[in-house]
Amino acid sequence: MPQFRLPENSRVQPGKSHAAPTGAKNVKTFRIYRFDPDSNQKPRVDTYQVDMASCGPMVLDALIKIKNEVDPTLTFRRSCREGICGSCAMNIDGVNTLACTKAIGEIKGDAKIYPLPHLPVIKDLVPDLTNFYAQYASVKPWLQTRTPAPPDRERLQSKEDQEKIDRPSACILCACCSASCPSYWWNSDRYLGPAALLAAYRWIIDTRDEATGERLDELEDPFRLYRCHTIMNCAQACPKDLNPAKAIAEIKKMIVERQH
Amino acid sequence: MSLRSPLGRVLGLGSARGGSGHWYSQRVTAVALVILGFWFIASLAMLGAGAPHAAVLGWLQSPFSAVMALLLVAVTAYHALLGLQVVFEDYISDKGARLVVLVALKFALVVAALIGILAVLRIAFGAQA
Repeated sequence: MPQFRLPENSRVQPGKSHAAPTGAKNVKTFRIYRFDPDSNQKPRVDTYQVDMASCGPMVLDALIKIKNEVDPTLTFRRSCREGICGSCAMNIDGVNTLACTKAIGEIKGDAKIYPLPHLPVIKDLVPDLTNFYAQYASVKPWLQTRTPAPPDRERLQSKEDQEKIDRPSACILCACCSASCPSYWWNSDRYLGPAALLAAYRWIIDTRDEATGERLDELEDPFRLYRCHTIMNCAQACPKDLNPAKAIAEIKKMIVERQH
Repeated sequence: MSLRSPLGRVLGLGSARGGSGHWYSQRVTAVALVILGFWFIASLAMLGAGAPHAAVLGWLQSPFSAVMALLLVAVTAYHALLGLQVVFEDYISDKGARLVVLVALKFALVVAALIGILAVLRIAFGAQA
């Protein structure tokens, strides 16, 4: 039966407040989701007031400043701080995006920061991406061929054919898209989600790949592929401006095309 | 708790090799309903408000109108079945409940379609009331 409330241990409680240092003139308030699996307590939202005069421009800068100067227990993933590793994906101001490329100045009012929605939380802003990565692995995201590679050179591809995979190859697997998709929220045990399907599409349209048919066979499933109802949240959330919804529509078209 | 690997869980029972017919039919019936719906509204408009009972019966007794009306009923029911099936598959996570609801849905829409088809046929074959 449908569940209309969060389970008891997921209901968010009010948390602690950390005031800005005295004398701070330009103060921004960050309201951050906290969950510690070891404490046996419900999740809470802590409030941190940050002096923007000594803080970098991006949300990740503020998170690092809080962790370094105010609360070392605040836990989040981050690495490259330039939008290419995909580690710091989280829900900022109601939208899934990368903390390192989201400017604090774009956020009106308090900055509300939560982990990516509808994934199990490991700690604070760190979601469990095990299923997400397994779904990526399930589409066999590597070149599959039967023709042996030329002995003296790489497999060739025309410039136009390369351009087709240019954009879909730019996916950084941050999970912003899949975690923004209601269909993925309800059925992520069987629906592959926009990120894995975009990866599948990238190999389906690769002209060097010779497993196109098998790839389409594996996707032709009411749940794996057809749970996409073209809601388009994925394209809206993508911090790399990619369009997984369009890729999924193209896969559906190809599956119909081979039947006619 | 299962010790099955995450990839094993995702691969599950494998691809059902299906769903494309459902997806394609939903789009084709949508286009058909635009045409049939337009025909239905235009026909009613041409009969005009307050048209006598006999005039409406006469209209529906013409072979073309009868066939179009049959198609309208059948395609509407089929399109509704396809659409509602997706909604129930999306929101009912319990497999047993999902199966029961989907079978019940099919029964209900087949009954509804047959009632509509029988009504049109009775008029088409000359019933007066």
